[in-house]
Amino acid sequence: MSANDLATNTAVIGQPENRVDGILKVTGAATYAAEYDVPDLLHGHMVCSAIARGRIVSIDDSQALALRGVVAVYTHNNKPRTTRLGIKHKDTAAPPGQPLRWLHDATIHHSEQPIALVVAETVEIAREAAALLRVEYEVQSHVTDFAVALPTAKVPASRRILTPQTPKPRGDAERAFNAAAFKVDATYHVGAEFHLPMELFATTVQWEGDGRITVFDKTQGSQNVQLYIRNVFAFSLRKIRVVNAYVGGAFGQGLRPQVSVFMAVLAAKALQRSVRVELSRAQMFHLGHRPETQQYVKLGANRAGQLQSMSHTAIGATSRYEEHQETVVQWSSRLYKCDNVTLAYELVRLDIETPTDMRAPGAATGSFAIESAMDELAHQVGIDPIALRLVNYTDRDEDANREFTSKALRACYTQAAARFGWSARNSQPGSTKVGRELVGVGMASAVWEARMAPAPTRARATMFANGLVEITSSTTDIGTGTYTILAQIAAETLNVPMSRVRVKLGDSGFPLAQVEGASWTAASTGSAVQRACEKLREKIAKSRGLLTKPLSAMGTVVPSFLESRRSVGYTHAAVFAEVRVDEQLGVIRVTRVVTGVAAGRILNPKTAGSQIKGGIVMGIGQALHEHSVMDHRFGRVMNANLADYHIPCNADIQDIDVIFVDERDEKVSPIGAKGVGEIGSIGVAAAIANAVFNATGKRVRQLPITLDLLL
Amino acid sequence: MHRFELVRATTVAEAVAELVREPNARIVAGGTNLVDLMKYHVMTPKRVIDITQLPLKTLHESVGGGISIGALVTNADVASSAIVQLKYPLLASAILAGASGQLRNAATTGGNLLQRTRCSYFYNTRTPCNKREPGTGCPAIEGPNRQHAILGTSEQCIATHPSDMCVALSALDAAVRVVGPHGERLIAIADFHRLPGASPERDTTLAHDEVVVAVELPPARDTMHSYLKIRDRLSFAFALVSVAAAIGVTDGFISSAAVAVGGVAHKPWRVTEAEALLIDRPPEAALFVECAKRILQGAVGRQYNAFKIELAERAIARALTQAVNGTPQSQSVKHVR
Repeated sequence: MSANDLATNTAVIGQPENRVDGILKVTGAATYAAEYDVPDLLHGHMVCSAIARGRIVSIDDSQALALRGVVAVYTHNNKPRTTRLGIKHKDTAAPPGQPLRWLHDATIHHSEQPIALVVAETVEIAREAAALLRVEYEVQSHVTDFAVALPTAKVPASRRILTPQTPKPRGDAERAFNAAAFKVDATYHVGAEFHLPMELFATTVQWEGDGRITVFDKTQGSQNVQLYIRNVFAFSLRKIRVVNAYVGGAFGQGLRPQVSVFMAVLAAKALQRSVRVELSRAQMFHLGHRPETQQYVKLGANRAGQLQSMSHTAIGATSRYEEHQETVVQWSSRLYKCDNVTLAYELVRLDIETPTDMRAPGAATGSFAIESAMDELAHQVGIDPIALRLVNYTDRDEDANREFTSKALRACYTQAAARFGWSARNSQPGSTKVGRELVGVGMASAVWEARMAPAPTRARATMFANGLVEITSSTTDIGTGTYTILAQIAAETLNVPMSRVRVKLGDSGFPLAQVEGASWTAASTGSAVQRACEKLREKIAKSRGLLTKPLSAMGTVVPSFLESRRSVGYTHAAVFAEVRVDEQLGVIRVTRVVTGVAAGRILNPKTAGSQIKGGIVMGIGQALHEHSVMDHRFGRVMNANLADYHIPCNADIQDIDVIFVDERDEKVSPIGAKGVGEIGSIGVAAAIANAVFNATGKRVRQLPITLDLLL
Repeated sequence: MHRFELVRATTVAEAVAELVREPNARIVAGGTNLVDLMKYHVMTPKRVIDITQLPLKTLHESVGGGISIGALVTNADVASSAIVQLKYPLLASAILAGASGQLRNAATTGGNLLQRTRCSYFYNTRTPCNKREPGTGCPAIEGPNRQHAILGTSEQCIATHPSDMCVALSALDAAVRVVGPHGERLIAIADFHRLPGASPERDTTLAHDEVVVAVELPPARDTMHSYLKIRDRLSFAFALVSVAAAIGVTDGFISSAAVAVGGVAHKPWRVTEAEALLIDRPPEAALFVECAKRILQGAVGRQYNAFKIELAERAIARALTQAVNGTPQSQSVKHVR
């Protein structure tokens, strides 16, 4: 029997299988970082800065320490030793700059910066004691107001790893703009947004007593956290085990090691005890966010709507200590053909914490501006917004000057438009009414990088004598369905039923994987699992079916350097929205969203569809609800709770229809998948803004679009 | 949270006695607001008096033909009560416009009356707030004040009362029955909540040693109604503006009118002169706008809430229209009728 004989196509991949971890999650059997039952556990609670900038003059912890049950209070005055080298605090996902070293010194860099950890026998005592700390500050003047700082914008001093350089100008955008028949020249503004996963950030450090620690952490990368702990706390790597088997959402906030890890390991090491630190919901608002960004877009087109000139400048906010950077302005050149293009990306530095990638970082922001501007242009030229996009359709990445691994965006436009009923659109803004509501429709294109993790990804497949298959990888399932698709890949590749496959993830001791993010996990870990199973299949074949001991194989994948020189991979989508706006009251309802998504091979249309729907819900939040409200006199976020910071609730979400268009792509990854984590969020805000324009004739160029803007 | 004593009262008199004994005592029932405020260190009572065992859990018809709602009847039970739905649908609708199913199951009638403002400065102990710490100032006046009041404000405070239920109670001319050390008294709803004036720390005219025991509603009038709530998301958000409208029409002329507005002041806002404009006139859109403008007379908009003046005017006119058309706003279907 050869390996190929085993490979009868059982067609498990591509089936809408239920989540293999679904029952565990709904019954509470899946254990999250703050839920591990560890004996003799101490609880830490963080105390955070009341001011936005300045110095701590003194911290009086006498009242706190006097409380029965309080074990220790750590501040910059008595911080147990950590590495002296600032560079060692950088993790693999850190932007350029010096990461904040908590409890390092008396300096306050941002409001609510963690400044102390109270450790106690119970969480209640820790919280009570935390409130008893008396902190005196020397207040220094701060700048948190983006608008005030805007004139100080500068090109980033150094480039962030994996964030492409802003391309050099092509042609002469200014001259072409001046000569163009139709012109859009507009400024767009996106407020800061918070990730707010359901699960609070938490770390439980189990002190094993023999120099080893087991760290149960909410993170998107167990091995990233493992390295960070080694670097900062001088543990040897093999003594640190980081477990993140289940993560209750992260959306990018768990890319970098969070402060709960630092605090819990710090206290555990100093006390040689097990310690848990779980953040409060209010503290969740100070762990990085989608940065406030202002964008300037100029489009020039001829009478046929062909783009003659594109200029796109984005200015994003970052902290004073790190240069967080995003890919905001590059997307138009991946969607549209144009010979004269100028792109620019700058940062303003504020007295805030460093922003962090949030689902579709850069693209969710950039697409709002460019896809709103395209809608403005379509209106001026007097052609259908889809027609405008087709007139300018590009089959090459115009900046990279490379072909696409695949681009089924035309099919996205066609199929989603048909499902949506786009042809019935009334192109005259403000002229369709049902009852007291103005009805409008809008659409936008979306594009996201489809790539594999830039370093090796491994997975191990093992078959036991009883026929059970085990898959291990250190990759993380942050709630996306990774467990399920990996089980499907293993089942199909090994030709066993899914019920015989156990997938184990989220353990730094498992085979190497990069931080879960950038929509690369399905392509990278999925391909690694496929490869491991193919190798295992050969071993099984050689054993002639007589399995007396477990057989195991490791699969490793790396992105093809050669292929990356030839072609470049993107996921695409065309998203359509219908809104109804009360004519007098401005109340906005998003009544329908249809999206067509081209993401290569869809490994599981059910979990992939949920990803897209979740992304669209987040897009609706970005469009209508979410933004940080600051009082700049205090340099403080004033809506740092879930009552004041609105995310969509069920009433805000109506019909969402997801179409996956056929797209075969053998270049993008061995398994043929592109990843669907971010693409759902992209373009949604623009489609809604465009629908609001179609409904009301009012062009809103800022997010969120609140009802007062439509009165 | 800080440490506190928890005592359980078994009679109203016991609860009153506990309040008399400890000036820094607070009553807890559903706990949906007080516990949050304690977690945020906004309120730090030394003693918390649990009154959930008191016999204040019935809703019944009263002698005069109205109803009496015990202070411990939950918001969910009031909203689903057959008699409320039949005779006071405005109240049921307003309650269902507020909070979420889970919160309405826990929150009580008395607690809803006494819930505190959702002003973000009040909630944030890092910032000044005259309501939380008298004399420290009101940053909301010059700060992000989208949720804040446009009517009846003072130099000391521009907070709003967050309740939906109370807006309906105001339109229904409810009264609050309270018991103190010297016996019982009835406070008209209009006199129960205060304007901030120079003492914004006081939300109501309830004395420290008094306990709310019931809300009394007068006999139901033959009116049409609507509760219209405008907010920044379609559910589970406090009102930017809400309107409780109850209007009677006889032979094509308006015979009675009550309009209370929420989200605009430190208490539900009613202007009887504005309501009088409607009487004996045919219900028409222009008349409703006239009434709305009169209600909003003297409104002051600030940087982020000026839009509320126009919004409130339109919402009042719409709610009146919904009422006279016999198409009250649905609280489950989210499009505004």
